[in-house]
Amino acid sequence: MNRSFHKSQTLRFYDCSAVEVKSKFGAEFRRFSLNRHKPGKFEDFYQLVVHTHHISNTEVTIGYADVHGDLLPINNDDNFCKAVSSANPLLRVFIQKREEADHYSFGAGTLSRKKKVLVTLREEGLRRRAHLDISLPHDFRPVSSIIDVDILPETHRRVRLYRHGCEKPLGFYIRDGTSVRVTPHGLEKVPGIFISRMVPGGLAESTGLLAVNDEVLEVNGIEVAGKTLDQVTDMMIANSHNLIVTVKPANQRNNVVRSSRTSGSSGQSTDSAASHHSLPVAHVLQNFHPDEMESDEEADIVIEGTLEPQSVSKMQGTPSGSLSRANGSSLAHRLQRDLALHNPGRESHGSIHRLLCSLKADPRHSLVLPQGGVEEHGPAVTL
Amino acid sequence: MMKFRFRRQGADPQREKLKQELFAFHKTVEHGFPNQPSALAFDPELRIMAIGTRSGAVKIYGAPGVEFTGLHRDAATVTQMHFLPGQGRLLTLLDDSSLHLWEIVHHNGCAHLEEALSFQLPSRPGFDGASTPSSLTRITVVLLMAAGNTAALGTEGGSIYFLDVTTLTLLERQTLSPDEVLRSVPDDYRCGKALGPVESLQGHLRDPTKILIGYSRGLLVIWNQAAQCVDHIFLGNQQLESLCWGRNSGTIISSHSDGSYAIWPMDTGGSPTLQPSIATIPYGPFPCKAINKILWRNCESGGHFIIFSGGMPRASYGDRHCVSVLRAETLVTLDFTSRIIDFFTVHSTRPEDEFDDPQALAVLLEEELVVLDLQTPGWPSVPAPYLAPLHSSAITCSAHVANVPAKLWARIVSAGEQQSPQLISSASSWPITGGRNLAQEPSQRGLLLTGHEDGTVRFWDASGVALRPLYKLSTAGLFQTDCEHTDSLGQAAEDDWPPFRKVGCFDPYSDDPRLGVQKVALCKYTAQMVVAGTAGQVLVLELSDVPTEQAVSVASIDLLQDREGFTWKGHERLSPRTGPLPWPAGFQPRVLVQCLPPAAVTAVTLHAEWSLVAFGTSHGFGLFDYQRKSPVLARCTLHPNDSLAMEGPLSRVKSLKKSLRQSFRRIRKSRVSGKKRVANANSKLQEANAQLAEQACPHDVEMTPVQRRIEPRSADDSLSGVVRCLYFADTFLRDAHHGPTMWAGTNSGSVFAYALEVPAAVAGGEKRPERAVEAVLGKEVQLMHRAPVVAIAVLDGRGRPLPEPYEASRDLAQAPDMQGGHAVLIASEEQFKVFTLPKVSAKTKFKLTAHEGCRVRKVALATFASVACEDYAETCLACLTNLGDVHVFSVPGLRPQVQYSCIRKEDISGIASCVFTRHGQGFYLISPSEFERFSLSARNITEPLCSLDISWPRDATRARVQESPKLSQANGNPSIILAPQSRDGSPDPTLKGADTPELPESTLSPMSIDSATSADTTLDTTGDVTVEDVKDFLGSEESERNLRNLTEDEAPTCTILIK
Repeated sequence: MNRSFHKSQTLRFYDCSAVEVKSKFGAEFRRFSLNRHKPGKFEDFYQLVVHTHHISNTEVTIGYADVHGDLLPINNDDNFCKAVSSANPLLRVFIQKREEADHYSFGAGTLSRKKKVLVTLREEGLRRRAHLDISLPHDFRPVSSIIDVDILPETHRRVRLYRHGCEKPLGFYIRDGTSVRVTPHGLEKVPGIFISRMVPGGLAESTGLLAVNDEVLEVNGIEVAGKTLDQVTDMMIANSHNLIVTVKPANQRNNVVRSSRTSGSSGQSTDSAASHHSLPVAHVLQNFHPDEMESDEEADIVIEGTLEPQSVSKMQGTPSGSLSRANGSSLAHRLQRDLALHNPGRESHGSIHRLLCSLKADPRHSLVLPQGGVEEHGPAVTL
Repeated sequence: MMKFRFRRQGADPQREKLKQELFAFHKTVEHGFPNQPSALAFDPELRIMAIGTRSGAVKIYGAPGVEFTGLHRDAATVTQMHFLPGQGRLLTLLDDSSLHLWEIVHHNGCAHLEEALSFQLPSRPGFDGASTPSSLTRITVVLLMAAGNTAALGTEGGSIYFLDVTTLTLLERQTLSPDEVLRSVPDDYRCGKALGPVESLQGHLRDPTKILIGYSRGLLVIWNQAAQCVDHIFLGNQQLESLCWGRNSGTIISSHSDGSYAIWPMDTGGSPTLQPSIATIPYGPFPCKAINKILWRNCESGGHFIIFSGGMPRASYGDRHCVSVLRAETLVTLDFTSRIIDFFTVHSTRPEDEFDDPQALAVLLEEELVVLDLQTPGWPSVPAPYLAPLHSSAITCSAHVANVPAKLWARIVSAGEQQSPQLISSASSWPITGGRNLAQEPSQRGLLLTGHEDGTVRFWDASGVALRPLYKLSTAGLFQTDCEHTDSLGQAAEDDWPPFRKVGCFDPYSDDPRLGVQKVALCKYTAQMVVAGTAGQVLVLELSDVPTEQAVSVASIDLLQDREGFTWKGHERLSPRTGPLPWPAGFQPRVLVQCLPPAAVTAVTLHAEWSLVAFGTSHGFGLFDYQRKSPVLARCTLHPNDSLAMEGPLSRVKSLKKSLRQSFRRIRKSRVSGKKRVANANSKLQEANAQLAEQACPHDVEMTPVQRRIEPRSADDSLSGVVRCLYFADTFLRDAHHGPTMWAGTNSGSVFAYALEVPAAVAGGEKRPERAVEAVLGKEVQLMHRAPVVAIAVLDGRGRPLPEPYEASRDLAQAPDMQGGHAVLIASEEQFKVFTLPKVSAKTKFKLTAHEGCRVRKVALATFASVACEDYAETCLACLTNLGDVHVFSVPGLRPQVQYSCIRKEDISGIASCVFTRHGQGFYLISPSEFERFSLSARNITEPLCSLDISWPRDATRARVQESPKLSQANGNPSIILAPQSRDGSPDPTLKGADTPELPESTLSPMSIDSATSADTTLDTTGDVTVEDVKDFLGSEESERNLRNLTEDEAPTCTILIK
C-alpha cells in the first residue's frame, strides 16, 4: 500500500518545522509551506488555498493524500491538523470544485492504481443507478461503531449506538440470565444481563453488531455485574442518546477471523496495533464534526418567551372562567404564535423560520413522533 | 474491563474529615404506633409499658421521650411479655416457644435494651425429642413468681415447669405434671380425661408460695410451691379462658369459652369446691363468644371493677371488638374499631395495700392504644402523648415545616386544645410515666403535616422523640358527600343494649375517596396554608383564633384550555356547600379553587407574600391570586397523543393494560377453540370457566422471562403532562432585573418559567394594592433526556437556596445575594443540573442514573451543621433513590458527598412516603402506622435519651442513669451506627479539641471546595468511561470553542443549544 511517496521523500526539511505543500487544482499546481507544529485553523488554510489558486469565488473541496495513498478530505481543524502533522514531508493537496466533487469519492485506494479498477467500477455502478447523489462523508451520520477493539479482550465487543437524530427506535430488550465464568475455583455460574429480543428494523438490529443472547457486560463503561435488570434498564435509558454497550457476543465465531485492515480510515480507535485483533468493523464514517458526536451531551432546548405581558387584563372580567388559550402546549404551535405576536424589531423572522425548519427537520424536536410505546416511568403521584 | 475515572473524589483528606463532621447516618426513632402488635406488658413499679409485635420487635415506653427498642433475632411473633417488676428486665415468649430475657443495661458508656439470655424448653423427659409432639411442650402461659427469680411455665401438655430467671435454666426437680394434680382430684371428676393445656397461672399477691393454676378443661388448683402440695381444688366444668385473683384473696374469678364468668369463694376447707358462688353470662341468654381475659379490681370506695374482653352475643355482635367494664350497676361496652390484643389496669400493687384502686385501663388494639381514666366519672379516654395511630385514616402525603415561629406554634396548640378540651384536662393523667427524658428542649420547633384519605390534615409536634398530635384540620365539611346521612341513621338505629361506647380514633373507612389530601403547603409566617386533594380541589386556608361563620369563595380554572378531543372519564368534582358555614377556631378555608378536569392535584406551592398559589394536575398547571380571588394563569401541559391522562384516575392505566392483555387472551383463546367449536350452550360456559381459571393462575404470563425494553423516553409517553413540581422565586428570568417568577416541571422533562408582575406592596402596608398579577412565559426548557422533573430550586449568587417568603424581609434568614449570578437547580429523575440565570445555560450537572442505575425519587436542599464547629454549615442536596439509598451532593458543585442505604428497595411505599427536613433529617413510613426518623446530619439528631431508675435484686437498689441510642431497628434493615456520638447540637468537646488545628482551613466557605471551572466539573461529574472521553478531555478546550461556533451558527437567537 505504501508506495509512491516514500520514493520522492527528501530529507531536506526533515528536522525543520516547515511542511512543504503541493496543491493541485485541475492541472495547476501551487507550492507553499506550513508550520508543522502550528498549522493554524482550517478556515485560514482554506482562504490561503483559494487565494493562491485565485478561485475565491468558487466553492471547493480540499483533499490530501495520506501516507497510505488514500485521498482524504480536509474540512475541519482536526483533519487539517492531522494532514499537516502526518505529511512526510510533502503534503499533497487536491482541490476540486464542489459540484464536481460529488462524483468523486474520498476513501481508501482512490489514488492507488491497483484499486483504480474497483473504484471506477463502483463509480460506474453508482452512475448507472440513476445518478444517486452521494454527498460528502461529513454529511453522513454514524449510526453505530465498534470501539476500543485495541483494549478489549477478543471475546468482547464494545458497541456504540448513536441514537442522535435517528428516527429508528433503539429496538432491543434485555433480560436476566446466568452466565458461566472461569474462576480460580473452576467454572461458576453468575447472574448476568442478556439481550433478549431485537425489534425488527430497529437500530440495534440494523447495525448487526448486537444479537439475541449477547451478554451485556458494561453500559457506558460501568460494569453491570451486581446490578438488577431494572438498574441496567435505567442506565441504558439514561444513556440512550449515546449508548455504549460492551457485550460478550453469543456467537463468537466472528472473533477468530483475523482479517487485515479493511481500510485505512482515519478513525481514532484504530492504530497499527489494533489491526492484529480487529473485529469485523462495520463501515463507519468518521469524518463528522467531532464535537457533534464526541460529546455525550444532549442539548436541552431553551425557548425564550416573548417577555411581554400577555393581555391578562381582558380576562379579568371572568375570574372564575377559563383563561384564553394563549398558552398552546406544542412547541411548534407556540413558536408560530410567537411569530404572529412578535414585534419584528426584536428578532428577525428569518431566524425564527430557520428554527421552525430545524424543528421540523430534526425529529427530536418534532412533537409528533412515531409511536414509541408505553414505557415505564416513575409514579406520577408520589406521597 | 477498562475503566477510566478522572480525578477520583475523596483523595482530599481535609474534605474527608469535614465530611465526617457534617454527615452521619442514623435511624434514630420510630414515631407512631407499632405495626401488628401482639403482646403487652406493664411494670407497675417503674411505670413502663412494653409492646411486642409480630415481627419480633419489643418496644418499651415510659414518660414522653422515654423509649427503648429491641428486635429479636428471629422474626417470630412475640406472644407474651412479662416485666420483672422494678428491674428493667423483660421476659418475652415467642410463638416458637422460646423465651428471651431482655435487660435495659448500661454498656460501654451508653445503654440500650439488649437481649441477655434465651431459652428453649427441652422436649419432655422420658421421650426422645423426635417422638414428642411439639405441642406437648409448647408454652401456653408464663408466670413470674413473686418469690425469688423463678418463673412458672404452663404448657400445652398440662405440665408446669419452673425456671430460674436470672440464668434461664430449668429447675428440673420442681416440674409439676398433671398426674400429680390429678391425684388430689376426686375420681368422678377425673373419669379418665386429661386436664388439657394450662390456660392460666396466677400468683398470690400476699403469699408468694401459692400459685393458682387453671387447666383448659376447667379445673382450678391452688398449688403450694413450698410444700409441693395442692392447697385447694375448684372443680370447674366449663372450658377455661382466663383467671384472676381477688385482691384480698377471698375470691377467684374465672372466664370461660361460652361467654360466662364465674366467681369462686375461697374457703379454707379441705374439700374441693364444686360450684362457683356466682356464674353468669353477661351478654346472654343467646350463645356468646368466649371471654378471653378477665380482671377483678376492688376499690377503696367500695365495690369492684370487673373488666373483660369478648363475651359478645355471637349472632348479633360477634364481629365487634369489645371490652366491657362493669362496676356495680354501671356497665360500659367499649366498642373498638380493631382487634383487641391485650389490656391491663394501672393500679396499686403494693402487697400492704388493701385495695387495687385502679387508676386507668389501657387497651392495646391491633391499630391503636386506648387508655381510659377510671377515676374520673364517665371513664373518659386519655389522649396519648405518643403512640398516636398515624394511620387512623391512611396517610396520603406528608410535609415537614422546620423552625416554626413560637407565635404560630402557640396558635396551633391552642386551636388543638379547643378542638379536644380533654387534652389539657387529662394531660397529667397519662398513667405511663416511667423514666426521665434527659434530652434537652429541642432548639427549634418542627411540625410534621400528614394529609389523609378522609380529607384531614394532622399537625404533629415532630420536635422531639415523641410524636405528639397537635391539631387536626378537616376539609370534608366544605363539601357535600353522600355518606353523611347513612352514618347518622346507623347510629340512631342502634339499641341501647349492650351499652356500646365508640372508643378510639382508628377509622380506616373514608367517606369519599375524592376528599383525599394529595399535597399540603404551609406558610409559617402568615399561618396560611394550601391543601389540595384528589378531585382537583385546592383550598387556601388561614388560621383564625376564633370560630367564624363565613362563605368560602369558589373559583374554577380550566386547565385543558379548550383542547379538543378529550373527554374526562374520571370522577366528578366535589360539590362545595354554598352559603355561610360555621368554622371552628383553627385553619378556616378562605378560597376554593377547583381544577377542571377534576384530576388529582400533583403539585402545589404557596407564596404568601405575593398572595399566590400555584397548583398542577396531570393536565396542566394554574396560578391563582387568592387576595383578589382571580385566576392569573392556566396552562395545559398535555401532549396531544397522551390519551391516558384523560382516562381519569391514574390507577386506570394499569387496568387498561390488564384489560388489553385479557382481551388479547380472549382473542387467542377463541381462535384456538374456534376450530372445534360446537354450537351449544355448554361451550360458552366452558369458555367462561377456562377464562376464570386463567385469571386465577396467570402462569402463562410468568413463564416468559421478564424483559425490559431499552428505548429512550419519547414525547408521547403516557402521562407526560403530569406537573411534578412548582416553585416560586424572586430571581433573574429576564435580563438584569430580578422579579417574581414561577417555575413548573412536568413528567416529560419540560420546565416552564414564568415572569410574574406582582404589584409591589405599599411601604409599611401588609397588603399589596388591588391590581392584577400578570404572568408572562419567560423560558421553556425541554430536558433532552425527558425524565420527570422532581424539583426546582433557585440558588443565589453565593450558591445558597433562596429563603422562603417573608424570611428575608422579616430578617429571619440571611438575605439572599441579589446581585446576580443566580442559578437554577433542576432535579429530574435521572440527573441534577444547574443552569445559570437568566440565560439558562447549563453550568454543572450530575447524571445519577447513567452512573448508578438508580432513579431519583425525592430531593431536598438541607443545611448540614458541623459537629466540630459551631457556626459552620453547608447547604447540600439530599436525594433518595428508587433503590432506597440516600445520596448527598454539594451545591452548586453537585459533587457526591456521601451515600447511605436507608430503605429496602422493595419497600416502595416507604420510599414514596419519604420527606426530608431542612436540617438534614427525614421521615419515612415503615408501616402504615409508623414513621421511621433518620438523620443524615452528624449534628442534628433526634433520638431517645432517657434514664430509668432500676433496682436490681442482685446488687441492692442502685439508681443507674442510662442512655439508649438506638442500635437496632425494630423494622426495616438494621444498620450499623459508627459515629462520634455528639448530640443535641453541642459539639463534642473532645472532638473539638482534636480538630482545632484543622479548623481554619475547614471553615472556608463551602464554595471554595465546590468551585471548579465548568470544564473541570463536567469531566468530574460524568464518570463516563471510554476512550472518546479521554479525547474529550484532551481536546476539551478546542471542542468547546468549536461547539460555541456551532451554536452560533445553528441556533437562532431564540434557541440556545446547551452543552
